[in-house]
Amino acid sequence: MAVAIRQPGWYRGAIGTIIGAAFGFGLVVALRAISGLDVFQTEQTGYPHVIVPLITAPFGFLIGFGAFDYWFRWAAGKPTVPEDHSGHGATKWQDYFKFNTDHKVIGTQYVVTTLFFFLIGGLLALLMRAELAQPGSQIVAANTFNGLFSTHAVVMIFLFIIPVFAGLANYVLPLMIGAPDMAFPRLNALSFWLLPIAGIIFLSSFLAPGGSFDAGWTGYAPLSTGAPLGQSFFNIGVQFAGASSIATALNFLVTIITMRAPGMNLWRMPLLVWANLSTSLLVVGATPFIAGAQFMVFFDRILGMNFFNFLQGGDVISYQHIFWFYSHPAVYIMMLPGFGIISEIISTHARKPVFGYRLMALALIGIVVLSYSVWAHHMFVAGMFSWLRVPIMITTMLIAVPTGIKVFSWLGTLFYGKIHTYSTAMLFSLAFIVTFTIGGISGVMLGMIPIDIHVSDTYFVVAHIHFVLFGGSVFTIFAGIYHWFPKMTGRMYDERLGRVHFWGTVIGTWGTFIPMHWVGMDGMPRRVADYASQYGDWNLVISIFAFILGAVQLVFLYNMIVSWRFGPKAGNNPWRANSIEWQVTSPPPVFNFDEIPRVVGGPYEYGTPGARHAIMGGEELEVPEPKPTTVTAPS
Amino acid sequence: MVLAVIVLGVIQSVILLQFDWFGGEASTAAKPIDTLMDVTIVLSSFIFAIVCVALGYALIKWRAKPGDEGDGLPIHGNTRLEIIWTIIPVIIVLGLAGYSWAVLNDVEKTDADAMHVNVYAQQFAWTFGYPEEGNKWSEGELHVPVDRQVIFDLQAQDVIHSFWVPEWRIKKDAVPGLSTDVVVTPDKIGRYQLICTELCGIGHTTMRATVVVESEADYQAWIKKQSQEVPEDLLLTKDQFYETQKQNEEKSGGIEGSGVIEE
Repeated sequence: MAVAIRQPGWYRGAIGTIIGAAFGFGLVVALRAISGLDVFQTEQTGYPHVIVPLITAPFGFLIGFGAFDYWFRWAAGKPTVPEDHSGHGATKWQDYFKFNTDHKVIGTQYVVTTLFFFLIGGLLALLMRAELAQPGSQIVAANTFNGLFSTHAVVMIFLFIIPVFAGLANYVLPLMIGAPDMAFPRLNALSFWLLPIAGIIFLSSFLAPGGSFDAGWTGYAPLSTGAPLGQSFFNIGVQFAGASSIATALNFLVTIITMRAPGMNLWRMPLLVWANLSTSLLVVGATPFIAGAQFMVFFDRILGMNFFNFLQGGDVISYQHIFWFYSHPAVYIMMLPGFGIISEIISTHARKPVFGYRLMALALIGIVVLSYSVWAHHMFVAGMFSWLRVPIMITTMLIAVPTGIKVFSWLGTLFYGKIHTYSTAMLFSLAFIVTFTIGGISGVMLGMIPIDIHVSDTYFVVAHIHFVLFGGSVFTIFAGIYHWFPKMTGRMYDERLGRVHFWGTVIGTWGTFIPMHWVGMDGMPRRVADYASQYGDWNLVISIFAFILGAVQLVFLYNMIVSWRFGPKAGNNPWRANSIEWQVTSPPPVFNFDEIPRVVGGPYEYGTPGARHAIMGGEELEVPEPKPTTVTAPS
Repeated sequence: MVLAVIVLGVIQSVILLQFDWFGGEASTAAKPIDTLMDVTIVLSSFIFAIVCVALGYALIKWRAKPGDEGDGLPIHGNTRLEIIWTIIPVIIVLGLAGYSWAVLNDVEKTDADAMHVNVYAQQFAWTFGYPEEGNKWSEGELHVPVDRQVIFDLQAQDVIHSFWVPEWRIKKDAVPGLSTDVVVTPDKIGRYQLICTELCGIGHTTMRATVVVESEADYQAWIKKQSQEVPEDLLLTKDQFYETQKQNEEKSGGIEGSGVIEE
């Protein structure tokens, strides 16, 4: 027991949490006593006795859990404990609950944790749909409802979509570029463990007096600066989730820039690598803005700082500018990795090189650049400078162009291919093209100011965002999970159940989110717990399809869990793909490669006889570098 | 394939144009905005048709035969095609942006003799002041004459609210500490609903008001009946109002007293 407490792990983590919380609580008590204030507040305002421990306890946990052991020793000048790699890899399920620095273990930890939060976010959504199935108030009260849609959005964005992509890339990307691990394995592990902390903070806000944060995930001031305690949980939770994203993005950037296998120049990188390079550029540049915005709200609430207090010269609109300067690029943070996944899958299953590979890569970079210039299209009716609207409208509509290039290039990839549709991953990729096109079209409509004036803050916006994030991002996430499941687990999932999940999801998505366009355009505002009875029928339809959509995810879950345990062995390369991760065993060896592979060609050389992407270690190195031949399409 | 795109695009456009998507039209802004929407729907139908037909065609024509382990043709791209599908979308979106800009200028044009109405938004009620009618005021019910341009000067007293009458196709946030306005020319007599569309707290769902558009004569008759004096708070200019709020805050000592907090 005594040894267990001294070793990094759960015992020490629990003790660290308690010490951290006690330290925070004691700090408040001591400082209040020194300042001559009541030690305990009788009239609660900022709840310092809750807020400060909420910040210190997670650090206590991380220190206890062992996230900082190596760095502390180094900083203190003590001899560091050399990594003996005994904790690398995972041989039993308990290994996934350790501070593990193996990128493959971290990738799995990410995907499983985020899918757990996906279920929680989905349940919150179903509660809302149950309330909205009929006009009137049946299940939850209005303030609870506001809390439901706020936490639903926050959980789905910060704890599912953004990190699940980081998880998939964590697993696949080092393998894809022929690297033994990420550049900073310890930082990588820390990034993951910040995530459940953020999740616990967000969800525990339901226990706070006054309920969970209920000012929307957008948390507009001054509604958020005056909201009850739960809002502070959001302010603090975002810092942990944001720090996690930023650290991961830095890790990806350094890994991609410095750790590619010999021969892998920029134009030989798979598009998933390009996509994560672009995403990381967005995360590193934009995420500090939401961290800043939430700190400003937090300081307004706790310290009376008046950033957004209009009575003291604060500027209410400036919150929205700072917030959307992160949160519009965030939409692309949630979409670009998906673009990468779709390119990999479509090329592999159409047995054809990605059409216009270089333009595809440049389109990603184009989206990165443009996405920093479109934030104010969320504010066309917000009362900002009116002259800013037209320039922002033009950049907003132009960002549809690189996105369109990608859609057309995927279609071009299918032409003259040999399209295999047996894989659920490919089905989701094909469906993604269609549903995402709808989301893109409604996005262009929303970019047009006169239309936006009418439909902003209505269900049309709800429909648009879900077509982009569910029909877009989540479809690509499913595609990615199915595609790399055999690689990650070494086993094959059940394609029949996969097809049930696929059709259920497609029907559920369309049935749920298509009618939302109609009720929104006709005059139903969003974020309401009740609505005019004329929208009752459509809302019932929406709710029914939402429950279908929710139920069919259980099939997915069953398929994943059972196949992971009992699925047939998958083999190294079930999809006959070219990229490097498929040339190693499934699951890959602990250190990925005995010998770093040598990259000799592009990643998608399907159809060119003798063309190779990479020569693996141990292979004969006599294969000559083939010249990629370009065949013109027969007209 | 081209034929299939045209057929599908036309069918979609025709079906989609049958519906009255935005609901009733009751202002001069509604017509140009709805026409813009119709144009966008037709263009979108064709773009969507291109994607669907191309996908369907590829799936029918180039689906792998069972057991076929071969690869597709190693086509890496086609520069001319890639330039085309970059340039044409640029032209389409810039055209739509220009058209939108023209419509925007059209619907936001103000007349010199427009009538002003003050709108006071607070959690969770709407109040309206009529400065041109000797500071008459009404609560929860907005009356305006038909066929006369109205400029609504919006004020929020606590958090952000948003002023939306769907049939007028206009919307603008009322922002505390900021002057915003929105212009509309109602052209159809009737009763409509004013909806708050910016999340403003517990009562957001029910923060509605009735809008009555009536003939000039009816309006004059109604306004005469509104004999109440405007409550002192509402009569204050914005600066005076915030000055009072500020003094209250200083008296109560802290943001708790600002009226921003609902608990």
